[in-house]
This record gives sequence, C-alpha cells and structure tokens, in this order.
Amino acid sequence: MVPRQGILDPEGQTIGRALRELGYGGASAVRAGRLIRLSLEAEDEAAARDEAERMCEELLANPVIEDFAVAVRPAAGSAATGGGSA
Amino acid sequence: MRFGIVRFPGSNCDADCHRAVEEGLGEDAFYLWHRDRDLGGADAILLPGGFAYGDYLRAGAIARFSPIMKAVESFARAGGPVLGICNGFQILCEAGLLPGALARNAALRFLSHDVHLSVERTDTAFTGAYRRGQVLRMPLSHGEGRFVADATTLDRLEEEGRVVFRYVDAEGNATPEANPNGSLRAIAGVCNEARNVVGLMPHPDRAYAAILGSNDGLGVFRSALAATAAAAS
Repeated sequence: MVPRQGILDPEGQTIGRALRELGYGGASAVRAGRLIRLSLEAEDEAAARDEAERMCEELLANPVIEDFAVAVRPAAGSAATGGGSA
Repeated sequence: MRFGIVRFPGSNCDADCHRAVEEGLGEDAFYLWHRDRDLGGADAILLPGGFAYGDYLRAGAIARFSPIMKAVESFARAGGPVLGICNGFQILCEAGLLPGALARNAALRFLSHDVHLSVERTDTAFTGAYRRGQVLRMPLSHGEGRFVADATTLDRLEEEGRVVFRYVDAEGNATPEANPNGSLRAIAGVCNEARNVVGLMPHPDRAYAAILGSNDGLGVFRSALAATAAAAS
C-alpha cells in the first residue's frame, strides 16, 4: 500500500531528500508505504490474487488515500506451478 | 438525555467525554463496550479519542469492525446524533459514515497543543449552540489528523456546507500557520449529508470547563441536547 498520487507523502519526501543528500541524485518521486506478507491457501495463483485484492479493498488499504498492488508467490513445496512471482 | 460512550480497547478519552457530559452539561452518560451489539437506549453516541486497537494498520481501521459499529451505523442512518472526537473521527471515516480520511500529520510529529477553530456550520447535531464564525479554543492531540479527500469530494463538502470546523488563528483567519497538521482546506471537522454525524480532530471533551483552560467545547455537547429535544417535539 502506498499513498495515492496527489496525496501528500511527507515520509516519502523526507526519504527522497535523504537519498539525494547521500548522492543518489537520480532518486525522485519516492513514496513510502507498507508491506503486508501473508500465507494463503487457494486453488491457484489467480484465486489467491483475487482473494488478496479483496482483502486490500475491504481492510488492508484505505482507497481514499492509498493504492495497493498484490504480488503472489507459490509457497515453497506447494503443488502450485504458477511459475514465480508477479 | 443519555449519552452512550463507546469504549474500544485503547480508547483513552472515554472518561473525559463522561465528565464533559455529566459535570459540564449535567446530563447522563454511560459506557458501552465495543463488543456490545446494542446501544442501551442512548439518545446520542460519542466515539471518544484514544488509540483503538493500538492504531494498528491505520487509525480506526480495525475498530470499525467491532460488533457495536453495526448498531452505531443503524443509529446514524436513522438520524441519531453521533459524534466522533479524534480517534472517534478516524473510526467514523474508516467506517464510511463520514467522508475523507485522516493521514499522518504533514510534519510527521505527534501534536498536542491548543488550537483555534472556526464554527463553519451551526446546522448540525453538534454545533447548534454556537454562532456561525465563532472562534473556539480547545486542545488537539494526534499523530494522524491531516484531513484528506480527493478534490471532487472536497468541492462537494464545501458546496453542501459539510465542513463544520476549520483551523484558524485567534482572529478567525484560516492562515497556513494556523493549520497544524496540513489538513486540506484547513478542515478540522466534517458532517454527513444528514448532518447528524459529526467528526472533529480537536477535543471539545478536554475543554468543557474554565478550569481546563477553556470551556469552548461544552457547546458541542449542549448542541446535541437541543437537537435531540427538537427531534422529539
């Protein structure tokens, strides 16, 4: 979850300033968000993604101020053959 | 009149609200627990300040799923007066009973000091006892109080007269310096379409008697009394 475009992100701005002071002059448009990692049992990767997106819409993200993105990875040893992360 | 004060795990201004009602206003107040499923016959509901569920995820994000919130929602939809103060305001926004969201203060610091507010609207359940444009002084105390919404929503709130309180200086001017947390359009409080649900970040419950430094907040509770009496007649 990251602050939506147009929503002031003072934390991201501060991090961006610090990066540029360290010499990473190319760093811009820094947005600071939050990562939630969870395990989920699902039929396949698409079903897992679908459920995770619903979780974001209902609770994990506040659509007024945040955008979210979902990445799915099969658990080690799982039967899923989805082929890596998205 | 009976004010029901909802306690969530982490509420810490529940007793302030209780005293504001009983000592300040001279009416009855009682506590409701967040796991309750009915409102115990309350005439008005107060969602107090604090850190419900430790503000985990986002302030108010978990509290909105407490069992009592279903009853609060039905009460609000039926026109019952509901006031959210500070964390209570955050919960009402997360629950979708009020528009917008409260983001981290622009300066990323927890703020705890007195502010001045102008009363923008007196036609809500909690501001009828004031004059329009009246300047109030009361404390605020929050880390996530920056009111944000998209431009369309902000315009609609302005058009519909739903900006209830704005941060101003002592003379009543909404200067950039008077805006403590970077709230868009200096918004400190808003109401729903029906004007019976109001939320604000500053604390009228900590400004109900002169001995607290200000009694400017008492009018918020007094307004509910008049609104309820008017609705009953």
